[in-house]
Amino acid sequence: MNVRVELPAHLRTLARVADEVAVDVAGAVTVGAVLDALERDYPVLCGTIRDHITHKRRPFIRFFACEEDLSLEPPDTALPEAVALGAEPFLVVGALAGG
Amino acid sequence: MSGVRVLVGTRKGAFILTSDGKRDRWEIEGPHFGGWEMYHLKGSPADPNRLYASQGTGWFGQLIQRSSDGGKTWEPVDNKFVYDGTPGTHLWYDGTPHPWEFKRVWHLEPSLSDPDTVYAGVEDAAMFRTTDGGRSWHELPGLRNHGTGSKWQPGAGGLCLHTILIDPSNPKRIFIAISAAGAFRTDDGGETWKPINQGLFSKYIPEPTAEVGHCVHRLAMHRSRPNTLFMQKHWDVMRTDDGGESWQKISGNLPTDFGFVIDVHTHEPETIYVVPIKSDSEHYPPDGKLRVYRSRSGGNEWEPLTKGLPQNDCYVNVLRDAMSVDALDSCGIYFGTTGGQVYGSADAGNTWKPIAEHLPAVLSVEAQTLS
Repeated sequence: MNVRVELPAHLRTLARVADEVAVDVAGAVTVGAVLDALERDYPVLCGTIRDHITHKRRPFIRFFACEEDLSLEPPDTALPEAVALGAEPFLVVGALAGG
Repeated sequence: MSGVRVLVGTRKGAFILTSDGKRDRWEIEGPHFGGWEMYHLKGSPADPNRLYASQGTGWFGQLIQRSSDGGKTWEPVDNKFVYDGTPGTHLWYDGTPHPWEFKRVWHLEPSLSDPDTVYAGVEDAAMFRTTDGGRSWHELPGLRNHGTGSKWQPGAGGLCLHTILIDPSNPKRIFIAISAAGAFRTDDGGETWKPINQGLFSKYIPEPTAEVGHCVHRLAMHRSRPNTLFMQKHWDVMRTDDGGESWQKISGNLPTDFGFVIDVHTHEPETIYVVPIKSDSEHYPPDGKLRVYRSRSGGNEWEPLTKGLPQNDCYVNVLRDAMSVDALDSCGIYFGTTGGQVYGSADAGNTWKPIAEHLPAVLSVEAQTLS
């Protein structure tokens, strides 16, 4: 499945992409599988969204899809069909906080 | 034609300031990594165009960037800093055990001879090393595990390893400092370590002369005298002449002996510089006057250096990694402020001028002398 992922501006700069990216996800399209594919295709993002070892989401990062907040869902949570089919993006969002 | 490159890390990006050997006119390039906290940038003594930079934010964590062309272009390298084994605990602010957690890289110290070897001082305090140009980082666990690690406690800025000094005559001898644990030395390239805090007195800790627990803010060394170190502690300016086995107070006539930076003149091993700061909580210069103090006698007798520095209504701070010297003749000295100014002196501190005035808060300053 080709899944669209929208990244916050700083991570787009790191990944050297101007717009949303598309990643190929084999098997079930889950939060964890999309992040695995994202880090496979853009290794510079390893550690910036979730911990290298534990894969725990960084505190100021949240995940959304089809207007659902998936941030607190386990990594094997299936993403909505519209995301799996590429009709809607999976959103990685940085908290609007700080100076 | 010789020149100087000054690498400036700020709260919102990195800047590179360049000048010819006269150090009169400066060009400012940047921001690199705009919006990111750049705790430290440093060039390799063995290859000045090889630069390393610590990039991070609370949102996206830690990255390390490397340049092979003097900062024109950068590439991210490995950012995985994983403690060796089960890291255990240190003390939290309230004295309870707290698990070791990696937060950021405070300081990058390239090897004196190999551009691919770099030491990294991190929070929570530990030392890492790469020998492949940053492609992988490995902890030197002998520091945390030598025996006192479980007693280390963070200072207000965190439990940070902020100073790494390599002995030019013996690269296996390395001095480091941690807030608020103290100073430590290895004589075997980082395998084993010992605390070197004899002579320090910190009245704000339960045992003022304890083996560890001292809030050392910065160490400095002159390359011709690696057994002599100068220290700016939370309070007190100190020196040792026996590689840290014993320390003596050299605060002398300073208006306050609190501060963060300390550095040594490139050509005069007994000429040292500090910037006194009012504390405990204010953390700005006394009387609103930004003054560098210089001692030409290795401490105790200090003179204020004020020409070109603001002498009224100045309430900035100068953080611990934000002073550096070049190797030209005469010695140039540079420091950055939390107000975004970088001041430079091309005459060993006699006169100063701002070489950048409106940057974000400055976290670090490193001068490179280019031939």
